[in-house]
Amino acid sequence: MTADPLLEISDLRIGFRTGQGVARVLDRVNVSVGRGRIMGLVGESGCGKTTLARAILSVLAPNAVIEGGAIHFGGLDLFALPRARFEHEVKGRRITFVPQDPYGAFNPLFRIGDQIMEVMKWKSPRRQPSEKGLGPLLTRFPRARYKTDREAVLALLDEVQIPDPERALAKLPGEFSGGQRQRLLIAMALMTNPDLIIADEPTTALDVTIQAQILKLLKRLARQHGVSILLTTHDLGTAYEICDEITVMYAGQDVETAPVAEFFTHPRHPYTARLLESLPSPGREIREIGGEVPSLLAPPLGCRFHPRCERAAPECAASRPPLTRTGPHIVRCFRPLTIAAGVRP
Amino acid sequence: MSADTQLLRAEGLRRYFPVRNAFGATTRTIKALDDVSFELRPGETLGIVGESGCGKTTLGKILAGIHKADAGRIHLEGTDITSLSDMQRRRIAQRLQYIHQDPGNALDPRWTIGRSLDEPLAIHTSLSRSERTVRVRKILASVGLPETHLDLYPHEISGGQQRRVGLARILTLQPRLVILDEPTSGLDVSVQATILKLLRTLQAGFQLTYLFISHDLSVVQIMCDRIAVMYLGRIVEISPASELFSDPRHPYTRSLMSAIPRIGGRRVTDTFNLKGEPADASNLPSGCRFRSRCPQAAAVCAELDPALGPSSMAHQAACHFAGKPLGGANV
Repeated sequence: MTADPLLEISDLRIGFRTGQGVARVLDRVNVSVGRGRIMGLVGESGCGKTTLARAILSVLAPNAVIEGGAIHFGGLDLFALPRARFEHEVKGRRITFVPQDPYGAFNPLFRIGDQIMEVMKWKSPRRQPSEKGLGPLLTRFPRARYKTDREAVLALLDEVQIPDPERALAKLPGEFSGGQRQRLLIAMALMTNPDLIIADEPTTALDVTIQAQILKLLKRLARQHGVSILLTTHDLGTAYEICDEITVMYAGQDVETAPVAEFFTHPRHPYTARLLESLPSPGREIREIGGEVPSLLAPPLGCRFHPRCERAAPECAASRPPLTRTGPHIVRCFRPLTIAAGVRP
Repeated sequence: MSADTQLLRAEGLRRYFPVRNAFGATTRTIKALDDVSFELRPGETLGIVGESGCGKTTLGKILAGIHKADAGRIHLEGTDITSLSDMQRRRIAQRLQYIHQDPGNALDPRWTIGRSLDEPLAIHTSLSRSERTVRVRKILASVGLPETHLDLYPHEISGGQQRRVGLARILTLQPRLVILDEPTSGLDVSVQATILKLLRTLQAGFQLTYLFISHDLSVVQIMCDRIAVMYLGRIVEISPASELFSDPRHPYTRSLMSAIPRIGGRRVTDTFNLKGEPADASNLPSGCRFRSRCPQAAAVCAELDPALGPSSMAHQAACHFAGKPLGGANV
């Protein structure tokens, strides 16, 4: 990773209080995103990737408990930052969000233009400091700024290839297809000139041809605007397409981080290797990972993958392996695969 | 193809859905399925792929008798099953079964696994209670679950096991043809691998014929013998699986393939060139339906709707330029 990451999550522990006890959803997870980089957070359902994304934005469910760790973003300690400052400066401004479901993200009864300008009203990069405090209550949206903001919005809609942006603003969400709505959401995430976009499974709800278009767009815009992206996905193909680095999570633990090319050719963690082998690929028998993902209410001690791991040794159950750097990989495993044992998908 | 080598034959299936306004008058029709024909041979797996709205689920539901076709005929082992009454339909349910996306979800939460598995046998067969018990135990073992599960309730087993029970429930009747509607969509890759493997084992063990409906070309590629690609209610290309991937003839098939991320290969985001989105199914362009997005579209495409052909070949495509060298194609 880079020496001065934009986002650095260290030893983050989050639990969820449930009727049956505390679910240990994140177990001392470390993730960092470099400036201008696209980081993929990959894992299966329930591995904690969405919880991690929500923790950064501080929008966790009420029963979540942050048990330890820290999130540093651009020199700020997010857990130590006063709530009001976080809401005003960081959330929705320096860190924005692209949701998974383009159909549920808009209010169906309001015009697209109104919903977009509502964001600009509060989070516009052109908003003056004098509008702080009581200012916004009197003049919520100064006319001059409305005009420049609107022009900026139109330019961005053009950039995400929405045909006829001027007319698009007057339409209702229902008049757009899923792919178009995802384009609108990407434009909205870029409007505040953010440093980091958190994209939570941004193409899962879309068809393959539309998915390819959206990924292409996202990659191009990230490079042009110099934005970092933290992309969560369960689809390794999506991660391969646009990420620079990938972190794999399993049952609440980060197991491996590597640059994208290394990750797919020489996986070091046994789980990563088995995950790649379970991808359908012509000319190779499907290989399943035996067993099932453990319950997070009573996760296995030590490495959480050890009950399903063919390389497991007694030490794997005794204590959690530390993160070790081997070449370009950072692996949390006592007995990582050597390069020769790596699979080619 | 003679009738005895066919398990199922569909001819000119059509299903239009009317869109009504507030006064109940039909304003538009969505052509969900428009003149679809194909046949299925015993023991094979035919994949149906396409994007949302291409009519693949409608096709599966019509074959399963959940929807009625507006036109066209379906023959199952030589008998016409297009317009059967509900009673007659029930009789063929033993031979043709439809599996929903999540068969585990279809289990009754208040019934034990054993009772759920016994029910289809009690309805459709004249087996005695003890014969049914034997059959249920055998089926449960074949999906890899222990006999102790018979007395458990669905909530007591994991989601993956529920899915297995759901599959077992359909197999108790020992059908010949199973229609699988998106059996792995929304699953994690490792769970998907387990289900695909199980489907293969069951196919070999019970001599099943699968109609495998999916949007995922890479899954279809490893599971199917033949593949039909659908676009806006039509089959645009049908071919043996290996040939479809080595020599795709329809421009839509080519762009669909170029859109799948291939790990280790060229990145789709660097090469993908298909513009736009599928046309509105209630307002199709004249001539070829793919014309509005097609990189090869010429004047003839706006006038003539290309038919699937050549009909003598195993590999057929509905394109005026199929099999001809690519002129200016950029997919």
